[in-house]
Amino acid sequence: MRTAIKLLAVAALSAGFATGAAAELKLGLDTAPYPPFADQDASGNRSGFEIELGEAVCAAMGETCVWTPIAWDGIIPALTEGKIDAIFASMSITEERMKTIDFSDKYYNTPAALVAPKDMDIDGSPESMKGKIVGAQVSTIHANYAEAHYKDTADEIKVTYQAFDEHNNDLVAGRLDAVVGDSLAFVDFLASDAGQCCEIKAYLKDEAIFGKGVGVGLRKGDDALKQKFNDAIAKVRADGTYDAIAKKYFDFDIYGD
Amino acid sequence: MVWDWLPVYFEQLLGGLWVTLQLVVICAGFGMAAAIPIGLVQVTGPKWLANIALGFCTVIRGTPLLIQLWLIYYGLGSVFPSIPGIRESVFWPYLRAAYPYAVFAFSLSVAGYVGEVMRGAFAGVPKGELEAAHAMGMGPFTVLRRVWLPRALQNVFPTLAGELVLTLKATPLAATITIQELFGVGTQIRQDTYRVYEPLLLIAGIYIVLTGIIVLVMRYFENRIPRPASV
Repeated sequence: MRTAIKLLAVAALSAGFATGAAAELKLGLDTAPYPPFADQDASGNRSGFEIELGEAVCAAMGETCVWTPIAWDGIIPALTEGKIDAIFASMSITEERMKTIDFSDKYYNTPAALVAPKDMDIDGSPESMKGKIVGAQVSTIHANYAEAHYKDTADEIKVTYQAFDEHNNDLVAGRLDAVVGDSLAFVDFLASDAGQCCEIKAYLKDEAIFGKGVGVGLRKGDDALKQKFNDAIAKVRADGTYDAIAKKYFDFDIYGD
Repeated sequence: MVWDWLPVYFEQLLGGLWVTLQLVVICAGFGMAAAIPIGLVQVTGPKWLANIALGFCTVIRGTPLLIQLWLIYYGLGSVFPSIPGIRESVFWPYLRAAYPYAVFAFSLSVAGYVGEVMRGAFAGVPKGELEAAHAMGMGPFTVLRRVWLPRALQNVFPTLAGELVLTLKATPLAATITIQELFGVGTQIRQDTYRVYEPLLLIAGIYIVLTGIIVLVMRYFENRIPRPASV
């Protein structure tokens, strides 16, 4: 079975005609599905936000791109050894990875959200947390945010939850007044019966804690390609292509700000 | 072995140890207080009360403590908020905290296990001694206080020490309902540092030391109980 599927975007084709034979750009992605970002049906058709965005970015660059699935733990070595040219696989930009590879500008960053009962008077500011009990999952960036921003004002910071659904249970049970977590992870909860009690009160921002988001992983020194990706990402952002794709998958701003 | 995290978490570990000790002492106290009547009614009757006590012990001893704890914490915890006005009441700060639920669940558990032990203990005191006490002119409560209970406790003291150790080792379950006791702190260290063995080994070591202390203290008291000449 073929593991790579060719992507021939219209713009890429026309660019190819203009410059002669353009080389294929190999985009690495995880072999495991990661819906709604990247998924694959039984007949091998790829779908998902990241797949569509990748195609759009390639089109904007005027490149012919090929998806190349690589097991997650080998995806950075595959890049550095030249098996692929870029990682387009929901890889967060971190200091640790920056030691080995380079990143384009971010192309999405699921914001952290503050969820609370609908009648709760909370707006995400430290002042509005006065006398409240805030929960988050243990050892997460969300716990770090709660500790960093709400420690002085909140009545109690409870960041001892072992699982995401446990603090949601306690939110429904009224043991917590608010919960900090990933906005994407909250989608299912807020759509459930139990989740009807509550709503997203605020999207939280703190780059020092939440990081820069997800970018295209690139070889160090591959600056020309990095520039092309950055320009292409900026282009799809500007011409509305990005929003059109994002709207199909998310009802919040997946790009962050 | 990497232990550089130890100074960072030392204070948290002490805090966790304190919570663990509190849980053991409070729950053993409440549990024991409930276990005495639970054991006694099964020997004295009335029949219906004996059946309730037997049923209680059977349910507690027959179901995993983790399930009891979660039923009480998440189960009761989801019933209470549906009572109108409860969120405005003075009890709400206690009802929404995790600690009272853990104390309640562990106390019930101790009561169930020790209640069964006490049933055997009360039944094991020779009838003749109780009749002799009666013959001396003691009322039923004086018999219980002066003869029956002390003789029963005397017989099962080593078993009670064992139950106390089991209670200590049940307390890590409290970490699953957000209580930062010793094991909970250990879990946090593991998730913060990605080191698995060192925190677990340290926690295990602390539990061994605590068990040793419980055994020694209980043996001290055991030796101070005067034994009847015939034993």
